[in-house]
Amino acid sequence: MALALSTETRVPDAMVPVPYRVVGRARETADTVTLSLEPAAEPIATPLAGQFNMLCAFGVGEVPISVSGVDQGHRLRHTVRAVGAVSQRLCAAEAGTLVGVRGPYGTDWGLESAFGQDVIVIAGGIGLAPLRPVVHELLRNRRHFRRATVLVGARAPEEMVFRGEVASWQASTRITVRTTVDYATAAWKGEVGVVPTLIAGVTIDPEVTTVMICGPEVMLRFTAAEVLGRGVAADRVRVSMERNMQCGIGRCGHCQLGPVLICTHGPVFPWSRVGPLLARREL
Amino acid sequence: MNTIADLIAKEEFFAGLDQSTLEFVAGCGRNVRFAAGDRILTEGEPADTFYLLRSGSVAITFYVPGQGGVIVDTIGAQDVLGWSWLFDPYRWQFDAEAREDVSAVAFDGVCLRTKCDGDPQLGYSLILRFARVMLKRLQSVRMRVLDIYGSGPLN
Amino acid sequence: MARPPASTDLHPVIIDRSGLQALIDALVADGRRVIGPTVHEGAIVYDEISGIGDLPAGRGDEQRPGHYRLRPRDDDALFGYAAGADSWKKFLFPPTTVTWRVEVGEDGVAVAPQPATPHYAFLGVHACDLAAIAIQDRILVNTAFPDRDYSARRESAFLIAVNCSAPAATCFCSSMGAGPRVGHGYDLALTELPDRAGSRFLVEIGSERGAGMTARISATEATRADREAAAAVWTAASAAISKTLPAVGIGDVLTRNLEHPRWDTVAARCLACANCTMVCPTCFCVDFREAGGLSPDHSEQHRTWASCFAVDHSQLHGGSMRWTTRSRYRQWMTHKLATWQEQFGTLGCVGCGRCIAWCPVGIDITEEATAIRATDGLTRLPAGATP
Repeated sequence: MALALSTETRVPDAMVPVPYRVVGRARETADTVTLSLEPAAEPIATPLAGQFNMLCAFGVGEVPISVSGVDQGHRLRHTVRAVGAVSQRLCAAEAGTLVGVRGPYGTDWGLESAFGQDVIVIAGGIGLAPLRPVVHELLRNRRHFRRATVLVGARAPEEMVFRGEVASWQASTRITVRTTVDYATAAWKGEVGVVPTLIAGVTIDPEVTTVMICGPEVMLRFTAAEVLGRGVAADRVRVSMERNMQCGIGRCGHCQLGPVLICTHGPVFPWSRVGPLLARREL
Repeated sequence: MNTIADLIAKEEFFAGLDQSTLEFVAGCGRNVRFAAGDRILTEGEPADTFYLLRSGSVAITFYVPGQGGVIVDTIGAQDVLGWSWLFDPYRWQFDAEAREDVSAVAFDGVCLRTKCDGDPQLGYSLILRFARVMLKRLQSVRMRVLDIYGSGPLN
Repeated sequence: MARPPASTDLHPVIIDRSGLQALIDALVADGRRVIGPTVHEGAIVYDEISGIGDLPAGRGDEQRPGHYRLRPRDDDALFGYAAGADSWKKFLFPPTTVTWRVEVGEDGVAVAPQPATPHYAFLGVHACDLAAIAIQDRILVNTAFPDRDYSARRESAFLIAVNCSAPAATCFCSSMGAGPRVGHGYDLALTELPDRAGSRFLVEIGSERGAGMTARISATEATRADREAAAAVWTAASAAISKTLPAVGIGDVLTRNLEHPRWDTVAARCLACANCTMVCPTCFCVDFREAGGLSPDHSEQHRTWASCFAVDHSQLHGGSMRWTTRSRYRQWMTHKLATWQEQFGTLGCVGCGRCIAWCPVGIDITEEATAIRATDGLTRLPAGATP
């Protein structure tokens, strides 16, 4: 009796990356680069703000990088900070380089659920990258929201990502933008101090406010605490989380935080979900 | 015309004080304005005033040879500027400069210390208010010490 | 999962040793590699077999925390032992495999075709391991992103289960609803009849292709006496399970005791050696690492078994999220008995007892679960108490 078993798989495994080409690169800071990517063959589905792709530097490895911009057609933008072997290689990729892309994965910021409300976007450091598409959406659909506020914190003025673009947002009358740094230079015109100190100057109507926060985990904790202290409910506060991720599709087990998988149930979570988990040390 | 008591009654720093206490405290206060770029405090000078900022932004700076005034903190409306009037040797430890036009209520430190010495209950409730602001500022500075955006050993 | 199957209307049949050999031969003739229990370096280990002569006839085992020995039985039974040193995970989800190979050229990226799927038959799948395969199916097959290699191996694997007749002291499958009687999911299920141990087997048919196999070998219909003899084996096996884990509601108990002092106690013993995760039939954590050649034009990604006990398992650029042994032991145990439920809809433990036997310091997950449950809510040890 012959076995009717197929040894060919026409649909490749979800771990197989799709080729994209670097068509542009912009240096944001000393260790951060924004890559513009176009599909070399079939494009992936259009990512939503907040989602991430696994980017593969062939020969080195893969890392999860949030989408920092979705431009016309199928062009993707990813802002990468060089903190390890893979990210260093990506940051060094010149135009024309082929990289692998898998995605889009994960939950999105869900800005449309905040229609009719005040939106406060709070970014710390590289955390502005996953939030940049949200600010674009806010500007594009401005009439759907009440007040729109963007608060940006960075280590120092020259370490603020997209600072030219942030300055153009600041010049706009349609959204309120305030910036702060930990270490100022003489020419710095913004505030000095941690991001929560900017929150003090924002008028908040807790019942109709949605807050989106992204940045280092320590910053998420103290910023969320400040926002909650102003009366905003924990389920109206959303954060983007990060953990060791090797597959992005719920198979490798690395990105667990208690019961949640950052790649599948996140990376965007309501604070009501992850706040209690983060309060458990080493969970 | 608004009296000092009327002005400070609206400020969160004095929230919860009754009218007679507000008027008592307001007796030490006067309205002040600074233009952008004005030096408000200078390191080493006698510290005899505390300022309750009503609007505008102030930079707290430290003079570093070779770099000039390095901004270590910025404060704004509702914040309190000046602590060294509370403690011997009553000398400012930092500089402070207006970054934009600032309006504030300036309180005479000696006047206020004298009133508090005579009325410990008032002294206690004012010190509590100062302590709360100091705690918030201390927490903020501690968070900056973490250098969370840096690429050093803590990141 | 422990209920007997009702998937076919076919009655059970009886085969003898030559029938079992014929079954193995037929599977091999079909192009399958038959994997079964063998003795290797003093342990029962699953490996490729060509006949019943490769099976551990007359061998039993003796297991307790941190202890595993084979011992001779006083009969010739072919399946007279409990969980061996490894599980079927070794074949369905190999320790290391290539997930993809690419050639990066000027014009694009060429992906090499997947290698052919090996076709297996597993002979001797205990109830616990059958349940474990079903658990891994939920993670690797029944998801938005199925693992193609696992799915293909799994779909083709012919499963011959065996009803346990000799549970070990480390077995607690009944607490986990995973045995000792096999649940559904097999093609055939054998029960070695005790009256002439090693000579006759009751065969239950669990699938169409299982029925097809029995049609190719000489088998007689099981008599009522045969079926009663088999049922006696199943009853005796259940009665022989001595270890229990208080599984009902254990997830909630552990979730509300994340700072229990017992974690410190067990952490002081645990070596973080990862043996438990290696022998566990449900553990699925893997690393995906790229193995570049000398040239970046050729690249391949490898999938390798990983363990949450490794300190770099949870590493981010700033450091590891779980850097103490305490946090890693807690992660493993709460994943198995609490958070797995929320992630995949079942518990992650089948009670095979391997983690208990193969822990070099003899940590027993049932003992840890029982201790925490018994002192639910404890946040520090009472003064003077020995941990």
